[in-house]
Amino acid sequence: MIQFFLARLMTFIPTFLGVTIISFSFIRVLPGDPIIVMAGERGLTEERYAELQQQFGFDRPVLVQFWDYLTGVLQGDLGESFVTKKPVWDEFFSLFPATLELSIVAIILATLLGIPAGVIAATNRGKFFDRALMSSALVGYSMPIFWWALLLIIVFSGNLGWTPVSGRIDLLYFFPAETGFMLIDSLLSGQEGAFKSAVRHLILPSIVLATIPLAVIARQTRSAMLEVLSEDYIRTARAKGLAPARVNGLHALRNAMIPVITVIGLSVGTLLAGAILTETIFSWPGIGKWMVDSIFRRDYPVVQGGLLLVAALVMVVNLIVDVLYGLINPKIRKR
Amino acid sequence: MADVTYTAPARPGRLKEFWSYFRENRGAVIGLYVFALLVLLAATASVIAPYDPTAQNRGATLIPPVWQDGGSWDYLLGTDPLGRDILSRLLYGAQLSFLVGIMVVILASTGGILIGLISGFAPKWLDSIIMRIMDIILSFPALLLALVLVAILGPTLVNAMIAIAIAYQPHYVRLTRAAVLSEKNKDYVISARVAGARLPRLMFITVLPNCLAPIIVQAALSFSNAILDVAALGFLGMGAQPPTPEWGTMLAEAREFILRAWWVVTFPGLAILITVLAINLMGDGLRDALDPKLKRS
Repeated sequence: MIQFFLARLMTFIPTFLGVTIISFSFIRVLPGDPIIVMAGERGLTEERYAELQQQFGFDRPVLVQFWDYLTGVLQGDLGESFVTKKPVWDEFFSLFPATLELSIVAIILATLLGIPAGVIAATNRGKFFDRALMSSALVGYSMPIFWWALLLIIVFSGNLGWTPVSGRIDLLYFFPAETGFMLIDSLLSGQEGAFKSAVRHLILPSIVLATIPLAVIARQTRSAMLEVLSEDYIRTARAKGLAPARVNGLHALRNAMIPVITVIGLSVGTLLAGAILTETIFSWPGIGKWMVDSIFRRDYPVVQGGLLLVAALVMVVNLIVDVLYGLINPKIRKR
Repeated sequence: MADVTYTAPARPGRLKEFWSYFRENRGAVIGLYVFALLVLLAATASVIAPYDPTAQNRGATLIPPVWQDGGSWDYLLGTDPLGRDILSRLLYGAQLSFLVGIMVVILASTGGILIGLISGFAPKWLDSIIMRIMDIILSFPALLLALVLVAILGPTLVNAMIAIAIAYQPHYVRLTRAAVLSEKNKDYVISARVAGARLPRLMFITVLPNCLAPIIVQAALSFSNAILDVAALGFLGMGAQPPTPEWGTMLAEAREFILRAWWVVTFPGLAILITVLAINLMGDGLRDALDPKLKRS
């Protein structure tokens, strides 16, 4: 097991190095001079240009620049935002809880609905429920979620007036961000109605973000269940006269869960990509919106740092999923 | 499953065999028909579209679709805030979406298959390097990678296609490599090698045709994903630029009118959904027909 873990770690390090090279080179190697971009329409004198070049270290050899960047990254120094002048690292971690909260709620929603849907479809194979659920799953899987978000806004915010359109909480509530999770902070604040407001703000974004993972989980659960249900030990359990609910729920589902859990773990990339769209539409102050805004503002250090941190996040989660998978399923370790 | 006959008749032609499997999946057949219809509409857009997709008509802004009060037969699906005919824009938008989907699949698959073949046949060190590079690309969420690439290269439809193709390429590399590794040591390949086939022949003529099934399924999947991602880029303002009648861009332009004019938002999104759904239905059918091992039900 330790050997397996070390082997995975050994592939992690070069990949991480590669990710830093890519996020580094996006700014320095590709066309478009960040200093000129930063100066904007006003332009700048040649002396000032040289000065800025020196200040950012752009006048030194690329390899030296990369080394500085890499050592900076490893010490948590990702540079400062051109716009806010705050360290990118601090900005990322002050916004990250918003994205994390949204993603956690979305993945819980997707799991709680997706697994039962997959089980019901598999145990009713070919019948009405199976067809209805799997058709819905395919629609969900094909959904342009930015449009789906707009539709939900039209219906629930526009016509029915049930949910707010943007933000994390009503403006009339104000309390310190103890944990960064609005649901917890609003409870801690003790202000009447704050928690309810936070929940109402969370409903539509989390539904939108959950849609595609929900469809994927439902499809994966169904196919994993179907595979397991044809195994000999299930037939044995049935032949013993166990209640169908016990066979399906306990014997089958437990083994069908392995690939499903992998899918859930690996959906972190999907969630982050979805967060870009969802947060932009609902003005949710998280990583996705921050990245999009920074791209439009040409705030290169933020784009660079954000890209690196998001990729690192995906890599770490994938590593954890892989290792957990190795723990659950010894066969995988041999590969 | 039950009635397997062992007195096999003469093997039907490949296409016929494929079709007989594909036909079993009713959803896939429906998807195929819808897809064919959409392709036909896109191909004949310049003939059947009632208006120029960018022609503005200040006298006819935000006209609702024909079946609603205030609608008119002149504009079947209504007009947008600039008085452009939505139906015409959707038809031309279909052209763009299919073009984008096809180009992304061609770019990503040719590059990916080539690299995957090389990786599968290469010595271990080169294989490791290639696979690490693919891991690196896969660490970035595809939409984010495309967004940043487009931001640097400049927001145009062509750049969006290139960026998305780069983000999708690793999937083809991995699939091709995995297929090559499982085929490489089979008897027919070894006999071809013994018979003196050189590496390029082994790669492209002996092995590649036997690796195509999962790649074709992947192609359908990335076709629909490409349409979604290009629309998402357009929606974020980093894909096709106005006044191009691209579906995602149309949605972005319509955003501020969502509470006043539902049709400017509803139809472009519906067009994306129907197209992607049709392709995904076909993709499921392709998977069942081409690759019995992947068959899920």
